[in-house]
Amino acid sequence: MIGRLRRRHSVLPGFGLAMGFTVLYLSLIVLLPLSAVVFKSATVSWAQFWATVSSPRVLASYRMSFGASFVGALINMIFGVLLAWVLVRYEFPGRRFADALVDLPFALPTAVAGIALTAVYSKEGWIGQYLEPLGIKAAFSPLGIMIALTFIGLPFVVRTVQPVLQTLEVELEEAAASLGASRWQTWRRVIFPILMPAVLTGFALAFGRALGEYGSVIFIAGNMPMKTEIAPLLIITKLEQYDYAGATGIALVMLLASFVLLLGINSLQWWSRRHQEA
Amino acid sequence: MSQGAIVRIGALDVRATSEPRIIRWLLITVALAFLILFVCLPVVAVFVQALGKGFGAYFGAVVEPDAWAAIRLTLLTAAIAVPLNLVFGLAAAWAVAKFEFPGKTALVTLIDLPFSVSPVVSGLIYVLLFGAQGWLGGWLAGHDVKILFAVPGLVLATLFVTVPFVAREVIPLMQAQGTEEEEAAMVLGARGWQTFSRVTLRNVKWGVLYGVILCNARAMGEFGAVSVVSGHIRGQTNTLPLHVEILYNEYNFVAAFAAASLLAMLALVTLTAKALVEWWSPEVGHLEARGGRAAEIRTVAT
Repeated sequence: MIGRLRRRHSVLPGFGLAMGFTVLYLSLIVLLPLSAVVFKSATVSWAQFWATVSSPRVLASYRMSFGASFVGALINMIFGVLLAWVLVRYEFPGRRFADALVDLPFALPTAVAGIALTAVYSKEGWIGQYLEPLGIKAAFSPLGIMIALTFIGLPFVVRTVQPVLQTLEVELEEAAASLGASRWQTWRRVIFPILMPAVLTGFALAFGRALGEYGSVIFIAGNMPMKTEIAPLLIITKLEQYDYAGATGIALVMLLASFVLLLGINSLQWWSRRHQEA
Repeated sequence: MSQGAIVRIGALDVRATSEPRIIRWLLITVALAFLILFVCLPVVAVFVQALGKGFGAYFGAVVEPDAWAAIRLTLLTAAIAVPLNLVFGLAAAWAVAKFEFPGKTALVTLIDLPFSVSPVVSGLIYVLLFGAQGWLGGWLAGHDVKILFAVPGLVLATLFVTVPFVAREVIPLMQAQGTEEEEAAMVLGARGWQTFSRVTLRNVKWGVLYGVILCNARAMGEFGAVSVVSGHIRGQTNTLPLHVEILYNEYNFVAAFAAASLLAMLALVTLTAKALVEWWSPEVGHLEARGGRAAEIRTVAT
């Protein structure tokens, strides 16, 4: 079967072995375990599933997760474009260092990020102590969740926008300027439309990552049911109560959301490629 | 006269495609302030908190038996998961990059899938498989095999979350190379394995290294997925990130941040190694942030 799929004239060996191993490995490590969620849900009746995912506490956790992820991704969209622009277009001392630093949220284990952010934003913390007198409670509030989700999503927008900016032709900007456009007009009418697909892709990636995030959030969130509880935490709570069906129900909704996002990101990439070729 | 025109065009050029000096510095300041406030400060805080009660308390927390057990378990998990995903990544890249077959896009999307799944869900799937109420739970209990709340469960969950790293770095590199060099080697009489190790592997070695660095960082730092399958048995099923959580929840902050500082150092070493590979080999890099690898690979393939 696999042998027949091989390109007819390829002289290179090892397709059967490589392909067989790849498919076997993926099936065992990824597909089989993931299908467990779907089959587990299938044993639960629709009414039961609906009762789980529409209970007030679960709905509140979805609102928290989706809302905070959206705000985090939005903040990253603005500062991500700014950072990418500054890193690509301007020369300044420490530029390479700043560029490497952007990846830190990827490299830093989420649990470490969680306790570190809590230390900085709690009321005795370096930043928290200045927010407290202003009546702003950063840690153990929805704001804390947004801070954590902004932290972990930071690299996505920067790293998707950066390559597009690097390949942007200066001639376009020169043409706009010679036709009388101001710098702001050039930015808004020429540069931004080219960046748009990459910005949206970065936004969607940051949003998707934030939606499933657990480690960096639970320390700073306070985890009050109905107030500062995220959906991934509620999955763990249900598991600890041996409510497997409940945990699976919440997880299934999260999985569906991330698949829809994945589909959206793939279409965005396709759109952006067409955009660049046009 | 003509010289004046050139100078004027040159001056216009600079003004037209850049911003006034003051705007430039303003933008740089805001961007760097954001980076320092959001990214630098937390990492500095880890080390400051860890050393808050002096070096003695710090080293005491690091060499404490439970911390050692956590470090050993973390190293063991990574030592199993990283090589397996390296072999998988090379096999997948060879199949995807060097051959044409229907369903390639679906395969590449599938390889990337674990990145779209919440870490908690990545752990949950193994509980559903191997847990007491799970598919294989009864059989495993009958044969006295322990997967969940034991080392095999930790390894499986880590494997799942780190599957894509090596493959997604190596596939585009192998694809960009084409197949001519390998075909030449085969024509000259090299055997399949020789061709792979002497030609292909040599050409993608920096990409492989890059993938391994990122895979290792995630394997050692993973929290959500292993938290679900671990059972948190001190000295037995606690990896270093889980150890951090337990100490923190016990209000043992110096010890928690001391353990966290080891992981922060791992992150800094990872970033340095990553920057070195990018500097050494410019075609490698910044891939983990790109979504939609499938779309990218699809366009290369067609």
